[in-house]
Amino acid sequence: MIKIKASEITPEHLYRSRRRFMVGVGALAASVALSACGAEDATPSPTTNAAASGEGTSAVTPASIGATATQEPVPPTASIQSDELGDALTDYESVIGYNNYYEFTTKKEGAAKLSQNFQSSPWTVEVGGLVNKPGVYDIDDLRKKFTRQERIYRLRCVEAWSMIIPWTGFPLAELLKEVEPTSKAKYLRFETLYDPDSMPGLKNNSYQWPYIEGLRVDEAMNNLTLLATGLYGKDLLPQNGAPVRLVVPWKYGFKSIKSIVKIDLVEEMPVSLWMAAAPHEYGFYANVNPQVDHPRWSQGSERRIGELGRRKTLMFNGYAEEVASLYDGMDLTEYF
Amino acid sequence: MKRNNLLKKTLPVLVHIGALVPLAIMLWGFFDNQFINPIQELTFRTGRYALHLLILSLACTPLNTFFGWRWAISLRKMLGLYAFMYAALHFSIFVGLDYGFNWELLSEAIFEKRYALVGFTAFLILLPLAITSTKGWMKRLGRNWKRLHRLVYLTALLVIVHFIWLVKGDIQRPLIYGAVVVFLLILRWPPIRKWAGSLRRLLASSAKNASLI
Repeated sequence: MIKIKASEITPEHLYRSRRRFMVGVGALAASVALSACGAEDATPSPTTNAAASGEGTSAVTPASIGATATQEPVPPTASIQSDELGDALTDYESVIGYNNYYEFTTKKEGAAKLSQNFQSSPWTVEVGGLVNKPGVYDIDDLRKKFTRQERIYRLRCVEAWSMIIPWTGFPLAELLKEVEPTSKAKYLRFETLYDPDSMPGLKNNSYQWPYIEGLRVDEAMNNLTLLATGLYGKDLLPQNGAPVRLVVPWKYGFKSIKSIVKIDLVEEMPVSLWMAAAPHEYGFYANVNPQVDHPRWSQGSERRIGELGRRKTLMFNGYAEEVASLYDGMDLTEYF
Repeated sequence: MKRNNLLKKTLPVLVHIGALVPLAIMLWGFFDNQFINPIQELTFRTGRYALHLLILSLACTPLNTFFGWRWAISLRKMLGLYAFMYAALHFSIFVGLDYGFNWELLSEAIFEKRYALVGFTAFLILLPLAITSTKGWMKRLGRNWKRLHRLVYLTALLVIVHFIWLVKGDIQRPLIYGAVVVFLLILRWPPIRKWAGSLRRLLASSAKNASLI
């Protein structure tokens, strides 16, 4: 038998990251080829046969990686394997295993377990306030009513880590068109479920529950703003904000409120949970901005989950082209 | 007497095990790819262990003063050095693994952000204390050795401030650690120490009287 010196064996984290890199390269090549064919608009609809995907699949095997790069996507599925900048998607396991969801726990690796019995069905979302057609939407109706699309977005947490996640959802603008905000409506106020029986983290009284977040109406109408009901081609798991959550990719992750039960159109700027908890540290806008540091730590760089080391944080998380005009003439140091 | 000897021999072994096992578990977790955000996990863990060991080393003197447990004093240096080891790891991970020796990002992080600055200061203070922890240095410095090593009180307070300033919102946990540190420092306050001494003598003599009766 040939003896291999321990020093010659590539450590797992290295070969994993190399593989991820290769997947990224493969996907990039594939997407370049696709766009060359003019096929980019024909984004496949999210896969619905999630049952076949073997939930909880652990480490990706070398064989399946090869398949991802060259043949067809491996479940859990995403139609594209990287974002538009060419960076590979974050592992499914990391996306469902590393979550800030303080209603369950402040431990990011503990939210999955503590939320596993969370009931996200039946579920309704109440949309009201300054609208012509208020309504209570059943989650199943929401899923049926609006055509769901796959969107690959970077998620940048205010704690300076980031992921790339293939969401499925629909633009919030479509729901807004349906309820018809009145001319008085300037802001949206979102509310997460408050259920102390199923959410043990609500006992932590350093925060003013329920979780509240807000957007300006024009931010909400932006095409990037998504109401997500799934990721990686499957319905959202509780730790990711089941059954429906907001995704605003150019803002810090805490703006993307989870498990929404209520959306109100209002005239005054809502006070979010984080604004109430530390007004000097968390502003209403919370746009990803490497030039405006958190008062106590830098926002200039971030750690991409799955990579070692740091990368520079991009203005508006790399979505400046789509959203910078929303803030024309505003001093982003003041409106942080 | 026999019991004391046993204590003297086993306690240091327990300290070695207690201090090194978390390191082994952490390294195994790292190389086994168990952490989703490995660098953060290593940073948090080494910081936490350094703080725990620092607190334990600060507890040694009061344990001796109040209960007459001399064995605690013999563990103090070892606990302090292990605290330093984790602090050094914590600092190295931050500088090397996390920031990859990128001086531009590092100088921004260390000198512009107060939590990093106090953490860095605390580490700089620990450095001479670790170096002068040997018997030789103790002799060479004489009375000044004790004065120098009192700086550890400052380090402990800075570490608490570092902790308070880096958490996202809820400062409950750093405050609990802070309360423990402040409590251990108060126990060193001369009036309290004197009071403890007289109380001990009183208890000892009453116990003696009780046994005579």
